[in-house]
Amino acid sequence: MALNSKIPAGALEEKWEKYKSTCKLVNPANKRQLEVIVIGTGLAGASAAASLGELGYKVKTFCFQDSPRRAHSIAAQGGINAAKNYQNDGDSTYRLFYDTVKGGDYRAREANVYRLASVSANIIDQCVAQGVPFAREYGGLLSNRSFGGTQVQRTFYAAGQTGQQLLIGAYQALERQVALGNVTQYSRHEMLDIVMIDGKARGVIVRNLVTGELERHFGHAVLLCSGGYGNVFYLSTNAMGSNVTAAWKAHKKGAFFGNPCFTQIHPTCIPVSGDHQSKLTLMSESLRNDGRIWVPKKQGDNRKPNDIPEEERDYYLERRYPAFGNLVPRDVASRAAKERCDAGYGVGASKQAVYLDYASAIQRYGKIEVNKQGLGNADAATITKLGKEVVKEKYGNLFEMYEKITGENPYEVPMRIYPAVHYTMGGLWVDYELQTTVPGLYALGEANFSDHGANRLGASALMQGLADGYFVIPYTLGNNLADDIRTKAIPTDHPAFAAAEKEVSDRINKLMSIKGTESVESFHKRLGKIMWDKCGMARNEKGLKEAIEEIRALRKEFWSNVRIPGEVNEYNPELDKANRVADFIELGELMCMDALNRNESCGGHFREEYQTEDGEAERVDDKYMYVAAWEYKGESQFEMHKEDLIYDVVHPTQRSYK
Amino acid sequence: MEHYHMNLTLKVWKQKNKNERGRFETYQVKNISSEMSFLEMFDVLNEQLIAEGKEPIAFDHDCREGICGMCSMYINGRAHGPWHHTTTCQLHMREYKDGDTIVVEPWRANAFPVIKDLVVDRQSFDRIIQAGGYISVNTGNAVDANALPIEKHAADESFASAACIGCGACVAACPNASAMLFVSAKVSHLALLPQGDPERKIRVVNMIEQMDKEGFGSCTNIGACEAECPKGISIENIARLNREYLGAVLDGGSQNAI
Repeated sequence: MALNSKIPAGALEEKWEKYKSTCKLVNPANKRQLEVIVIGTGLAGASAAASLGELGYKVKTFCFQDSPRRAHSIAAQGGINAAKNYQNDGDSTYRLFYDTVKGGDYRAREANVYRLASVSANIIDQCVAQGVPFAREYGGLLSNRSFGGTQVQRTFYAAGQTGQQLLIGAYQALERQVALGNVTQYSRHEMLDIVMIDGKARGVIVRNLVTGELERHFGHAVLLCSGGYGNVFYLSTNAMGSNVTAAWKAHKKGAFFGNPCFTQIHPTCIPVSGDHQSKLTLMSESLRNDGRIWVPKKQGDNRKPNDIPEEERDYYLERRYPAFGNLVPRDVASRAAKERCDAGYGVGASKQAVYLDYASAIQRYGKIEVNKQGLGNADAATITKLGKEVVKEKYGNLFEMYEKITGENPYEVPMRIYPAVHYTMGGLWVDYELQTTVPGLYALGEANFSDHGANRLGASALMQGLADGYFVIPYTLGNNLADDIRTKAIPTDHPAFAAAEKEVSDRINKLMSIKGTESVESFHKRLGKIMWDKCGMARNEKGLKEAIEEIRALRKEFWSNVRIPGEVNEYNPELDKANRVADFIELGELMCMDALNRNESCGGHFREEYQTEDGEAERVDDKYMYVAAWEYKGESQFEMHKEDLIYDVVHPTQRSYK
Repeated sequence: MEHYHMNLTLKVWKQKNKNERGRFETYQVKNISSEMSFLEMFDVLNEQLIAEGKEPIAFDHDCREGICGMCSMYINGRAHGPWHHTTTCQLHMREYKDGDTIVVEPWRANAFPVIKDLVVDRQSFDRIIQAGGYISVNTGNAVDANALPIEKHAADESFASAACIGCGACVAACPNASAMLFVSAKVSHLALLPQGDPERKIRVVNMIEQMDKEGFGSCTNIGACEAECPKGISIENIARLNREYLGAVLDGGSQNAI
């Protein structure tokens, strides 16, 4: 099957405008007859469901949480990018597009990224109109900050809770449509299969997580907005429930999986404290605006950080990358931290951490305040006090969170940080219209592979989720559903629904009947360890080959020895988890195969065999400038299809942040 | 900070479903690290129960970083436990010492029926938002984001109210199981912004009406909600809600439909 990305013809900046002016439309009376299923209610799902409901489609949303507002978009801290150029610092749609393509290490589609950049400004307008309380200046206008990988200030934010405020905006828009009767919402429901009729996605099988009952729902189209798969690593910054199941079921029904090995390791997370660790907590990348990252110059230095004099500290990012300093993109910052720790310069009890230090920012802000307040020759204590107040206003909630988790006061002692799995650039392959290789099945937000290439820039995930949901799918879905207006709703007693439900039910019964000795959690941890050790921040051929064998063995063991307590027809979180972990195991194998196939280093994918003399990632453009889209062919069998990436406007170069 | 290990006795509410009666069960957990979060301690207990062939304890949790609002334990008589401005998932075991007994219950309120053990149904909060907790603006209607300057103080105050995570601790903490802090936080968030102004009257009337319909209790100004709120939502929001409500009712604000 040849991949058709359906990129419209014409100049880059005209493609989307032209598409919008010429795509097919569905008249309002017909929209009322068309049913759309939305899986997941994060930024992509909630914004899509609300917008489609407003247009008049009959929408159903499903989420496994107890309310749509809990989706993990809520945890995004730092901000959302938009090419508004409110700061007059040289930003533009083109510049945001260029930064995103370059930040993605030239593995994203130009046309998609340009569209993303061009709708970014509309997102901010929309959110402000909904009542999202972004940070403002004293003049009453919106405030911006900088973020990694860019040299302009284009990030809009709401303290350290930007994701929460954006999601609540989308959630409220969604609840309004529920009140108006355009959307029906199902919470504590998990999608367990796609129903295919005549080669099209026509519905889903979901499990009511409270009663355990399986339900059938018809839709003219199914939108997967189910987020990323970072939890394949067990430890990640994802929520405990975040999972790949919806996307993986789609994959097994024919949707190709794009670039599964492209995972993002975020540089500033709170380090692991012990074997009990259940998840990792991110400290917003915005902390790198003012914090300085360092390790001791001496290996195995056991002194307390404040006892190490300035000249014995190695500010390694500032040393290696003078142009961007502490604001290099995430992949670069993460690898640099790993390099220092592996070389024996790590800090803290585990030695798997580096310092993120606010001492000099406190002094800098303190002096500015002294000037502002006309305090003349203020003493050191006053400067420090005022500086701490400024830092508290900017980052107070993050510092508080750090202190709760670690028991250490970051105003006095440098924070300890280490990289952790955070985001997955890979996902279901979609064309320009966000449609997967299965007709009628779409993927939005982190669930698709589209816009971030091999590395996502900070504050771009929120942008993409909302762009897809508010501004892309309302057009592209209509363009396809216009041909479906004569299709009547298919009754759910259709044999395809019965067959899909039986498949799901058989699998659940099989899981319950194993009655082995090892818990689901234990299998998940073992999978995570294989993935982190061999398909994590650095990968090599030998490790990946071993990982594939180990994962296959783990899968066999899982299906013969997992222990799931409780019953099928009741609230049973262990069963929910078992369903998800079974899919993670299969995905893990594919990720390793993809990483093994890609004999180059790019973005978040770092193959040790492919690096420059000074340890930077070495792309191999003549062989790997393509999207690897994997087709499921049966257990452990996947066939790769290539979508060549063509750069008409940007000329790929070796990324340099020096 | 010194790390240490501890053995604990847990008395946890067990309830099969909303129809059956619940009871306390007693469990022993050993060798708990002071570095663990409270929920990681529950993970240890559940792994132990599964290994013993017993049923684990059901509890709600998701982000485990204090923002999704899903976790909801009532610990030793306090919603989200003893730490100020902290959700259950961010409470850490260094609060406790060897030999302690900890009692854990679900949120208790008629409007939050128990689903199982420590898990409750909070969809009543969604329905209150559906009654008016939004600004009626369709996608694509918006003007430029900077077209309407908003005084920084008002924007900051609105943000402080919008910080509510909808966990329901205010209801659990209130002897009357009132949802006034939750409702008032949403009313304030939107009423403080010019974008929320056109619907402010009808919004407050409809949300209050829905709140009463759901069976939440009345507010008698006890203040437990504010004291236990993990996000520090101020009780001043309730005063603002009352002013908004009075103004709206005197003005006949409930006349319009959504």
